[in-house]
Amino acid sequence: MNSDLNWLLFFQPIVEGETLVWWEMLFSGLLWTLATAAVAGVIAFTVGSLMGVLRTASNKPLAMLGNVYVEIFRNIPLIVQFFLWYFVVPEFIPALKEWSIEQDPTFVQFLASVVCLGLFTASRVAEQVKSGILSLSRGQRAAGYALGLSEPQTYRFVLLPMAYRIIVPPMTSEAMNLIKNTSVALTIGLTELTFRTREMGEVTFAFFEAYIAATVLYVIVAMTVNRVMALIERRTSVPGFIAGGK
Amino acid sequence: MNNFDFSAIMTSLPYLMQGLGYTVQLTVVACLGGIFFGTLLALARLSSIKPLAMIAAGYVNLMRSIPLILVIFWFYFLVPVVLQSVLGYERPPQVGPDRSAYITFIMFEAAFFCEIMRAGIQSISRGQVSAAQALGLNYRQSMWLIILPQAFRNMLPVLLTQTIILFQDTSLVYVLSVTDFLGAASKIAQRDSSLVEMYTFVALVYLAICFSLSMLVKALQKKTQIIR
Repeated sequence: MNSDLNWLLFFQPIVEGETLVWWEMLFSGLLWTLATAAVAGVIAFTVGSLMGVLRTASNKPLAMLGNVYVEIFRNIPLIVQFFLWYFVVPEFIPALKEWSIEQDPTFVQFLASVVCLGLFTASRVAEQVKSGILSLSRGQRAAGYALGLSEPQTYRFVLLPMAYRIIVPPMTSEAMNLIKNTSVALTIGLTELTFRTREMGEVTFAFFEAYIAATVLYVIVAMTVNRVMALIERRTSVPGFIAGGK
Repeated sequence: MNNFDFSAIMTSLPYLMQGLGYTVQLTVVACLGGIFFGTLLALARLSSIKPLAMIAAGYVNLMRSIPLILVIFWFYFLVPVVLQSVLGYERPPQVGPDRSAYITFIMFEAAFFCEIMRAGIQSISRGQVSAAQALGLNYRQSMWLIILPQAFRNMLPVLLTQTIILFQDTSLVYVLSVTDFLGAASKIAQRDSSLVEMYTFVALVYLAICFSLSMLVKALQKKTQIIR
């Protein structure tokens, strides 16, 4: 495994006579990975925040709703959730099925991946948001009410601004998990980085080169996310809170 | 969807249970192997021998920054190559994805269990180490008799939660066409074109198992909290 690694392969066309070369294929895969993670991240943050807030709300049925959401999305394997969104949900909604047949298949795969990953990650974000809110002292909420703020206002102006700043470190690992989890989208055919890597290995038999390249790319992405989140962590850390900053 | 066909599930139940059996077996082996190698890795990371600590940290960080599916593919073609050079065979031995999955998950989970065990070891107060040394115990004795049992007990809920995640993650062996629970369901789904029934059934079974297990872990967590 030491001697004959052929790195020039990355500059060879994917098929004889084609202008597209292998590194461009891997790079387009990386872009799909990042695009999927970015859009899913927005969904996860929005839905996750909502669910996390609901779980700590004083209204019992709403808190129940938030808890049920988290338990369902956390206790089904991600790959099964992908199959549910891609194969099962359209069968229950005929209009959606008809619409999706007319669309570009790549777009449908992207849409399913984004919805699936977004809602899956939301359950994890909800867990973090909840623990962030619960880590605040009881006096914060009481102070909000004492100022005459309504419950939604207390969340908006008192609890959430503090909670978000406290949960930056665990959200860093959730962001990295989200990027890694996009690779599961290859099972429904999304041409993200791992899909392209496997394709390159199978077509060229250059497994080592392809997998080493993908590993390096994933490590670079993980390190970049880590750095960016560390920056956010430093900017937003709450003075005097151990959980807020190191 | 008005023709949800339950009989499709009933007739293929034995095959599905066989798949679930493989899933459980893979989870148990990967959990035990992962805890064993993870603890060794944690000891290496906390070791005063710098190169050893760096190699262990590098391994753990690498495993934690690449997707599990990529790791599954890596090991699938690495295991035969490594076995060939270790055993001195002329050709790479035929390992098969169902057996390479065991090695993959042990090695992958070791990185995650390592971090849990490291936190567990670090949560033990320094006085315990000093007390062990004062009793004349050497490194191995103090780890094995004093530190690790406490670290393990403190971390038990986290280890079990990680095992539930592992149980779900084993479904990714689907990408190597292994007949685990999901693999079995998907093979029947494609044969009978019963995708809706099969995938819904798989989701419900996973939900039931993982939800009950996580409830048990929560109960255990409450119990151990009082003791401390």
